[in-house]
Amino acid sequence: MDLNFTPEEQAFRAEVRRFLDAKLPADISDKVHTGKRLQKADFVRWQKALHQQGWGATMWPKEFGGTGWNAVQQHIFEEECADAGAPMQLPFGLRMVAPVIMAFGNKSQQEYFLPRIVSGEDWWCQGYSEPGSGSDLASLKMRAERVASADGEHYLVNGQKTWNTLGQHADWIFCLVRTSTEGRQQEGISFLLIDMKAPGITVRPIIMLDGEHEINEVWFEDVKVPAQNLVGQENKGWTYAKFLLGHERTGIAGVGRSKRALKQLKAIARSEIANGRPLIEDQRFRDKIAQVELELMALEVTNMRVLSAEGKKHAPGPESSILKIKGSEIQQMLTELMMQALGHYSLPWLPEALDADWHGEPVGAAYAAPLSGHYFNFRKTTIYGGSNEIQKNIIAQMILGL
Amino acid sequence: MDFNYNEEQLALQDTLRRFIAKDYGFEQRRALAKSADGFSRDHWRQFADLGILALPFPEEFGGLSVDGGNAVDTMLVMEMLGRGLVLEPYLATVILSGGLIRDCGSQAQKAALLPAIAGGELLLALAHYEAGGRYELNHVTTAAKPDGSGYALNGAKAVVLSGGAAGKLIVSARTSGAPNDAGGISLFLVDGNAPGLTVRNYPTQDGARAAEVKLSNVNVAGDALIGAKDQALPLVERAFDYAIAALCAEAVGAMAALNEVTLEYLKTRKQFGQPIGRFQALQHRMVDMVVATEQARSMATLAAVKADSSDAAERRHAISAAKAYVGQSARSVGQAAVQLHGGMGVVDELNVSHYFKRLTMINATFGDADHHLGLFSDMLLAA
Repeated sequence: MDLNFTPEEQAFRAEVRRFLDAKLPADISDKVHTGKRLQKADFVRWQKALHQQGWGATMWPKEFGGTGWNAVQQHIFEEECADAGAPMQLPFGLRMVAPVIMAFGNKSQQEYFLPRIVSGEDWWCQGYSEPGSGSDLASLKMRAERVASADGEHYLVNGQKTWNTLGQHADWIFCLVRTSTEGRQQEGISFLLIDMKAPGITVRPIIMLDGEHEINEVWFEDVKVPAQNLVGQENKGWTYAKFLLGHERTGIAGVGRSKRALKQLKAIARSEIANGRPLIEDQRFRDKIAQVELELMALEVTNMRVLSAEGKKHAPGPESSILKIKGSEIQQMLTELMMQALGHYSLPWLPEALDADWHGEPVGAAYAAPLSGHYFNFRKTTIYGGSNEIQKNIIAQMILGL
Repeated sequence: MDFNYNEEQLALQDTLRRFIAKDYGFEQRRALAKSADGFSRDHWRQFADLGILALPFPEEFGGLSVDGGNAVDTMLVMEMLGRGLVLEPYLATVILSGGLIRDCGSQAQKAALLPAIAGGELLLALAHYEAGGRYELNHVTTAAKPDGSGYALNGAKAVVLSGGAAGKLIVSARTSGAPNDAGGISLFLVDGNAPGLTVRNYPTQDGARAAEVKLSNVNVAGDALIGAKDQALPLVERAFDYAIAALCAEAVGAMAALNEVTLEYLKTRKQFGQPIGRFQALQHRMVDMVVATEQARSMATLAAVKADSSDAAERRHAISAAKAYVGQSARSVGQAAVQLHGGMGVVDELNVSHYFKRLTMINATFGDADHHLGLFSDMLLAA
């Protein structure tokens, strides 16, 4: 056992840093560091820069165009990217649908979709939750009927998906659809890839509590989906969905991003003044920072333990539920403390100040504007990706056998 | 970076697991706790035969450590001792006192003491804390005054772990300065039967033993001094840090074992016509215990790796972080295990309450969670 980085790993870190210094656009990292809104173009520009370097998919095996990096390399890469202010690589294509296509898709699906994901050409979104199917996802109702027509077999899709993140930008959506109402509800679900430009799809914004447009409802009305867009077998989609959720969770620990947030929290606590002294000298507040740092130190090691134990196994196990629970709790603690650090300057709501091209006079400190919004927004982290209570059910059943 | 134990470490773990299964049953342990020594000298000889008493010491002094780095090995041992709620004075003798001699003793002291510890012939204890000083390591009022070619020691030491059984004590005393000064503290080796030494041995809440030690004109020779005169505080800090890493590992072992016992109970105890583990309120509490234990294991691992670090600031940072976090986890896991066992959690006849008591006392030993959170928190000001 040796938790120190080897010389090779340190050299790798230096290589990642050199790349970030040279290729991460300063206007994008400025937005990340100051909590400004990121546009679709920012995400795409960064993905294309990574792809050019051959680092578009660090979590994929080489045979599919990934880097084939091991757990430690991925950890170093994520940590350095977060610290440098790189935008998060959105998980929907890279971490969610891609592993399903690799494991269960056919060759032509792999050859068509995977290169377009890694290159940043296609933007993917997720069609899982429905208004009546949240934690009880397997009760989903969106229908897909297989019909034959002159132009070949296709599915006719009708229904509604919700909590769809950034689907307003998406080229494709992967959906769980109901192809059968016979037997157990888990047994009638299929996994479909749907072109967002297909006629009959309507995307309606849902404004979140921070006033931002991050999520949508997506309506499907007689949408024709070619039968070749079915992944794997019909009515086996639940198996693929569970596989996917495991992949979603490993990304969710978010250790690198939380380390950056902790750094920011400390900087804010040094800058804010309480009783004539820097806030960080207030022991009651400082102890709260210390407590979240302890949680994060433990999570960082746990994350590495889980990743290295998985080794070459393809799907992360239920242990990843632990990462989701702790990772999301820590993200919430950090955003809450940053808001709290502002004191009464947590009150002003200036959504215009989140635009990078806004040059008005800030209210309070320059860093203040996004922080309360982040706190409100981050309540989502213990809800999405399978709520933390669902994760506890998974641990209870899959790990503990209760 | 590598998170795996090597073959030898796994073999050692296996050996200890078998020892605990065979020789450390609940009733056997209970009898030992009530015996005169409070532990078994036979077990201690077995430990010597297994080599675990020699584990952290250099080969030239009868030890097994090749490169000096060994906290991971001792972590593995401590985790197993935690699982078994082992009563033998491994922490006091091998880790705390042995570690201190290894790191700070003269060649002559190492040659005299380490092979004796490794061979199981000598028990040692560190008498450092005092009644008025809580967990502060710089609080030393016991005085050492020059007396002929040696020193005369006067004062009192608090809650000396395994002090009653120790053949020799390492005693800290002030050779200069005021009671809370960082400088002016020195360490002395004192015979367990030295005239003027009074050792009041008593049981602890968790079934082990500790002692209040009084020194009244205890004379020691000049060569009883360990390390440089007046300069002992960093040595004491390092020794406690090493012991804290070990204690964290012991807590992880105890938590893991307690989780297994509790899970088994949830699966077998029936109420309302079904195993109580079917109830979500209890499932989620059990999951919280498992998550807390895994996180504590990560922190204990970090502490073990950093305990060997010669960079004092880096070491202190990891050790206080780990002790605070493991202390919090030990408290929550212990309390939850008792709660999930219902009435059976508060009786003496099940090992649940014994794990709970040991975990509670681990938190209170060498600085509790609040103490170390405070130290860790204050490091934020320096960063």
